[in-house]
Amino acid sequence: MTQRVAVIDYGMGNLHSVASALEHAGALEVTVTHDHEAITNADRVVFPGVGGIRDCMEAIRGLGCDQLLEQAITVERKPVLAICVGMQSLMTASEENGGIACLNQVPGEVTFFGNPHRGSDGTRLKVPHMGWNQVVQKRTHPLWAGIESGTHFYFVHSYHVVPKDPDLVVGTFDYGLSGCAALARDNVFATQFHPEKSHQAGLTLLKNFLSWDGTC
Amino acid sequence: MALAKRIIPCLDVDRGRVVKGVNFVGIRDAGDPVEIARRYNEEGADEITFLDITASHEERDTTVQTVEQIAREVFIPLTVGGGIRALQDIRTMLNAGADKVSINTAAIHDPNLVSAAAARFGSQCIVVAIDVKRVSEPGSLPRYELFTHGGRKPTGIEAVAWAKKMAALGAGELLLTSMDRDGTRDGFELTITREITDSVDIPVIASGGVGTLQHLADGVTQGGADAVLAASIFHFGEYTVREAKQFMVSEGIPMRL
Repeated sequence: MTQRVAVIDYGMGNLHSVASALEHAGALEVTVTHDHEAITNADRVVFPGVGGIRDCMEAIRGLGCDQLLEQAITVERKPVLAICVGMQSLMTASEENGGIACLNQVPGEVTFFGNPHRGSDGTRLKVPHMGWNQVVQKRTHPLWAGIESGTHFYFVHSYHVVPKDPDLVVGTFDYGLSGCAALARDNVFATQFHPEKSHQAGLTLLKNFLSWDGTC
Repeated sequence: MALAKRIIPCLDVDRGRVVKGVNFVGIRDAGDPVEIARRYNEEGADEITFLDITASHEERDTTVQTVEQIAREVFIPLTVGGGIRALQDIRTMLNAGADKVSINTAAIHDPNLVSAAAARFGSQCIVVAIDVKRVSEPGSLPRYELFTHGGRKPTGIEAVAWAKKMAALGAGELLLTSMDRDGTRDGFELTITREITDSVDIPVIASGGVGTLQHLADGVTQGGADAVLAASIFHFGEYTVREAKQFMVSEGIPMRL
């Protein structure tokens, strides 16, 4: 299988770490782009994201990346990996920045942890949820191959996704609540954590993505 | 199941070379930050902090190149600090591959830099470094103030109020260094660490004074820190990062092993 990856660039921060992690994981060719043709030519797509949701959604729509995603996910049915704010952008709406409509590719909401945010024993938990937390796998998936349930991944976020269909959740984290660490639907896999910053476990997940045929 | 506490080795880099001495067995070049970052990454470091102490602006290009090289092969979060004065400096470092930047003196001169940076790049990548010294007499109520220029220049700014202000302006994390303890190997200044971790809702990294593995554990269990930063105990090869993490686990602290 060829491994030509398009990393969707909507000008919201550094995508080099995603690109170099994909190269490290064995991608033949990684293109950081928002060009329609480049994305059509790629055989898989990564949709990263950092920063505030309002600016992200403005940039995504302004550059036509919403159409690119629609094309990749629904029309061409390519394997798509969405990361962090990329994952959040796929949902229906986010509470961040006073409430922002998102792409509605995956029905569901993006909600704030709360301030103060407390654990089940009443202890105060810092927000953002920043650092390495364990991801419990809810079901098998090709992208979990070679990764044990309970492995640590690197998170940094203050909002988390709640998909309408709870069966889409393939991994959870525990941080005062059981949150969605990863979701999967057909050819889409999305992570709240950053595989590109999660050392060996993250590289394994990216390697799995590169050989994934988009079914599960 | 809990969020792990973090161990962050710190590289002090001057003109592209790690200073403060690094003494690894089997390392080819003790001063090469890329090679040292790679080593810490292999040992299980949770993040790496790269502190640029280069005096002159002209030599900053070396730093950018070094950050690029590290980011190409080390897939854990990388924080870059030192000489960050403007939004453009942040953009440059993030483009080079840094995940976070640490702002220190520039935040004192212009606190709005923190809010502008958080609005532009997101709070998740804005760390505010706070260098403090105890200014109260022994026996009196402890008071800590911010100092600049490596602890030589007082600012009169009270530390806890400043920490709260930085959090309110959008800092995503605080890097708290006790200038009284830095380099002493006497352990973290736990009083101010605890006071600040209890006062803000964002994560706090404790720094300054680590001489033993017990000190690292104390920073978390007594200081309440979310992460602990150390340089010399790792540089001189006394302990590996993995040994430090194993010790912390034996103290009941959740860690990623």
